[in-house]
Amino acid sequence: MSESLKLSYTVDGGDFVSAGKASEGVKRTLKSIGIDPAVIRRIAIAMYEGEINMVIHASGGTAEIEILEDKITIVLQDKGPGIEDIEKAMQEGFTTATAAIRELGFGAGMGLPNMKRYSDELKVESTVGVGTTVYLSFNV
Amino acid sequence: MKVSEVVKILNADVLCLTDTVSSTQVISACGADMMSDVLAFVKDQGLLLTGLINPQVVRTAEMMDIPCIAFCRGKIPERAVIQLAEEKGIILLSTKLRLYQACGVLYKAGLDADGEM
Ligand SMILES: Nc1ncnc2c1ncn2[C@@H]1O[C@H](COP(=O)(O)OP(=O)(O)O)[C@@H](O)[C@H]1O
Ligand SMILES: [Mg+2]
Repeated sequence: MSESLKLSYTVDGGDFVSAGKASEGVKRTLKSIGIDPAVIRRIAIAMYEGEINMVIHASGGTAEIEILEDKITIVLQDKGPGIEDIEKAMQEGFTTATAAIRELGFGAGMGLPNMKRYSDELKVESTVGVGTTVYLSFNV
Repeated sequence: MKVSEVVKILNADVLCLTDTVSSTQVISACGADMMSDVLAFVKDQGLLLTGLINPQVVRTAEMMDIPCIAFCRGKIPERAVIQLAEEKGIILLSTKLRLYQACGVLYKAGLDADGEM
């Protein structure tokens, strides 16, 4: 029987200053249980991009992390506006971010491509007006 | 390259963790104002040069294991941002040089962009 460790976070929408706290917590936990630093970095970056997306595109959400023996999964769920065309959103450079957000250093349209780059599996499910669920998985 | 050497080349002020500048090494660098562009290319022991001073710059560095950030055009972030960096063990520098100049002088001094994953 394999054991698993579960973490869960609420990501505050509209709080740009503390965005990234959940990813930071996950990073710290993974470090404390001795996961390979290079793998931790991939996970931290991918989750951070997802967390930022929930703050800047939705009104916050939740992050559920499950640490299994051979993989780590992250589910980011929000009740934001949803994504109209997921395929388009996955393209490098595509963004609907405002100028104000770009001035803060986000909205380069690289978040979802980065999440894909650093994860072993990325699934995005979204319904306009209902919300978005991003599923990330990493082999360890 | 030691961070203490970066400080000299950029004629920079050290905003926190002054006592670690001679024991911290950077072997690559990245200049950007868009954090996702930084996040797209993992480098080992990278130096981040940027004109942005909000807390997400420090968070980005933290996720990337970046040990040092240099703010350009004489910018200095708020106390809370400096404190966050200090907690995370990230050295903060402030240089009067513009981003392009700062990257240029460091590149010329032998700090190149390599170390990509
Ligand atoms: N959680 C989300 N809720 C609603 N829309 C999203 C969400 N995540 C991403 N999007 C949409 O997908 C686009 C691309 O996302 P991303 O690649 O992270 O780039 P960026 O965040 O820089 O715009 C966003 O501009 C936005 O329109
Ligand atoms: Mg994004």
